[in-house]
Amino acid sequence: MAEVLVYVDHVDGAVRKPTLELLTLARRIGEPVAVSLGSGAENTASTLAEHGAVKVLTADAPEFADYLVVPKVDAVQAAYEAVSPSAVLFPSSAEGKEIAARLAVRIGSGIITDVVDLEAGDEGPVATQSVFAAAFTTKSRVSKGTPVITVKPNSAAVEAAPAAGEVEALEVSFSDKATGTKVVSRTPRESTGRPELTEAAIVVSGGRGVGGAENFPVVEALADSLGAAVGASRAAVDAGWYPHTNQVGQTGKTVSPQLYIAAGISGAIQHRAGMQTSKTIVAVNKDAEAPIFDLVDYGVVGDLFEVVPQLTEEVKTRKG
Amino acid sequence: MSLRIVVCVKYVPDATGDRHFAEDLTVDRDDVDGLLSELDEYAVEQALQIADEADDAEITVLTVGPEDAKDALRKALSMGADKAVHVEDDDLHGTDALGTSLVLAKAIEKTGYDLVVCGMASTDGTMGVLPAMLSERLGVPQVSLLSEVSVEDGTVKGRRDGDTATERLEARLPAVVSVTDQSGEARYPSFKGIMAAKKKPVESWDLEDLEIESDEVGLEGAWTAVDGATERPARTAGTIVKDEGEGGKQLAAFLAERKFI
Ligand SMILES: Cc1cc2nc3c(=O)[nH]c(=O)nc-3n(C[C@H](O)[C@H](O)[C@H](O)COP(=O)(O)OP(=O)(O)OC[C@H]3O[C@@H](n4cnc5c(N)ncnc54)[C@H](O)[C@@H]3O)c2cc1C
Repeated sequence: MAEVLVYVDHVDGAVRKPTLELLTLARRIGEPVAVSLGSGAENTASTLAEHGAVKVLTADAPEFADYLVVPKVDAVQAAYEAVSPSAVLFPSSAEGKEIAARLAVRIGSGIITDVVDLEAGDEGPVATQSVFAAAFTTKSRVSKGTPVITVKPNSAAVEAAPAAGEVEALEVSFSDKATGTKVVSRTPRESTGRPELTEAAIVVSGGRGVGGAENFPVVEALADSLGAAVGASRAAVDAGWYPHTNQVGQTGKTVSPQLYIAAGISGAIQHRAGMQTSKTIVAVNKDAEAPIFDLVDYGVVGDLFEVVPQLTEEVKTRKG
Repeated sequence: MSLRIVVCVKYVPDATGDRHFAEDLTVDRDDVDGLLSELDEYAVEQALQIADEADDAEITVLTVGPEDAKDALRKALSMGADKAVHVEDDDLHGTDALGTSLVLAKAIEKTGYDLVVCGMASTDGTMGVLPAMLSERLGVPQVSLLSEVSVEDGTVKGRRDGDTATERLEARLPAVVSVTDQSGEARYPSFKGIMAAKKKPVESWDLEDLEIESDEVGLEGAWTAVDGATERPARTAGTIVKDEGEGGKQLAAFLAERKFI
C-alpha cells in the first residue's frame, strides 16, 4: 500500500489530538508514516504507533525552535524525498498550513486546506471542505503532483490501530533560507485547566451580551459544570474581556463540538463560520430577533444573567 | 533610500451577501457585491503606519482579479496607499492559490520591494496560505500572523500569538509579513483621501507583462479540482422559549433529554 506522510503536532513529545485524527484519515488512503520534529520528537513514537503509524521519522535540531517554519519545511521535504508518499497530511493549525503551503510550492503539488473529511477516490484522495461560513460543502481533489492536505480538528474519530511505529532518524540539511526569521522569544500560554477549545465535546461561548470581563465567570461556571471549553465572540475579545485564543469564528477557531452554547451572542455570519457545524446548538439571548436563533436546536429568549446561572445550578444538581 | 512596500489585497464577495458557486464551481463573483477583503484592510493599515515611521516610503497596492477588483485598489488608495497595480487577464479565471501566488510573486518582483504586507487570509477562500507561498517563491523571510509589527533599521519585528505560545519574531528586509485582525483597527478613508485616490496611478498588467504562460494558471492550470458543491441543508427549526423565570431549568431539561447531563 502507498505510504502517506503525516506531520505530527506535539508539545515536547505530547501528541496533540488532531494528529491522531489525521492518522485515522491517513489509514483510509494508505499506510501512515509520521514525521515528528523538534524537542521530544522521539517520545511521540509509541502514541503514534498505537494509532497506526508504520514508521516514525524523527529529527531534532535547535533550528526547529529558533527559527520560524522554514526549518520544518526543509525536514518535511527531506521526508517527502525519502518516502515518496502518495499524499502529505497536516493539521490545519497556523503552522501546519504554512509548512504545507511552502511544501506545495517546493514540490509543485496542489494543496487543499481546512478539510473536514477525506476518503480514497479513483483519482486520489477526495477532500470535503465546508465553505462560505459552512453554507456549502465541497468535494475537491489535487489534480497535479502529490496531494498536500491540511485537516481541521474533529474531522475524524481517534482510533486505536496498533502498527510497528518503527523509529527512524531523518537526515535534514537546512537550506540557507531556514534561518531567515528568528524566534527571539517564546512565552508558552498558561493552561486554564479547561479542555482545548477545538477539541472539546462541549463549548460555552460568551459575547457582547456578557457586558464585561468581570462577568465572564458566569460563562465559565456553566462551562465548568459541563466540563466544557470556553469560547468568545470577537466583540467580547476586541473589548478585552477574553483572550483572543478563545475566539470562535472566521478569524478565531472553528469548533464543531457535540454541543455549542452561545450566551449573549447575536450570531453574525463571521461567528457562525466558526460554529455552524456543531451537532447541537443552544442560545440564550434577550433579543428574540437575534440571527443565532435561526441555528438553534433550543433557544431561550431572556437575560443571560438570569438564565445561565439557573442552568448552571440545575446542571450541578442533576449531576449530583 | 525609500522603503518600498507592496500590499497584496483581494477583492471578495461580501460575506453578508448570499455567496454561492458559478456553474464551473468557481466562486460566483457576479451576483454578490464585492469589496476589499476586510482582513486586507488591516494589512493596508499596518503598511501605512510603517510608512509613517519611515523617513521615506512608497506603498503600492497589488491585486490579481477581474475588472471590478479595481474597487478594492481604490479603497486602499483612498486609505492612503500611493499607487496600485492590477493584474488582470481572462486566462486567470479559476486560478487556485498556487497559481495566484505565482502571479503575485512575479508582479511583486516587477514592482520592486523591500517589504510585502498581506492580510491573514481572504474572507472568501479563507486558506491563509498565500503569505507563506510568497515567501517561498520570493526566497525572502516569512514573518507571519502578526498582531503587532514594526520596521526599524532594515529589520522587521513582530508578535505572533500562536495556539500554544506567543512568539517575538525578527527578520532582515526584504521580507513578507502578514497581519491579523488583532493588529489594530483600520482607518476609514477621509473625504480628502477619496478625492486624492482618484488621481493616483493604477497600472494594469496582464500575463504577458509578467512572462507567465496561460497554461500555468486559470482553471486549466489549477493544481486542484473541485468536483462538487452542495448547499448545506438549513438546520431544522428548534424550540424557542421565552424565559418566564424557568428558562434555565427548561434548558437543563433539554440538555438532559439530549444526554448532555
Ligand atoms: C473580517 C471579519 C472577521 C470577523 N471574525 C469574527 C470571528 O472570528 N468571531 C466573531 O465572533 N466575530 C467575528 N467578526 C465580527 C462579527 O461580524 C460580529 O461583529 C461579532 O460576532 C459580534 O459579536 P457578538 O455577537 O458578541 O456581539 P453583538 O452582535 O453586539 O451581539 C450581542 C448580543 O447579545 C445580546 N445580549 C445583550 N445583553 C444580553 C443579556 N443580558 N442577556 C442575553 N443576551 C444579551 C444582544 O441581544 C445581542 O444579540 C468578524 C467580522 C469581520 C468583518
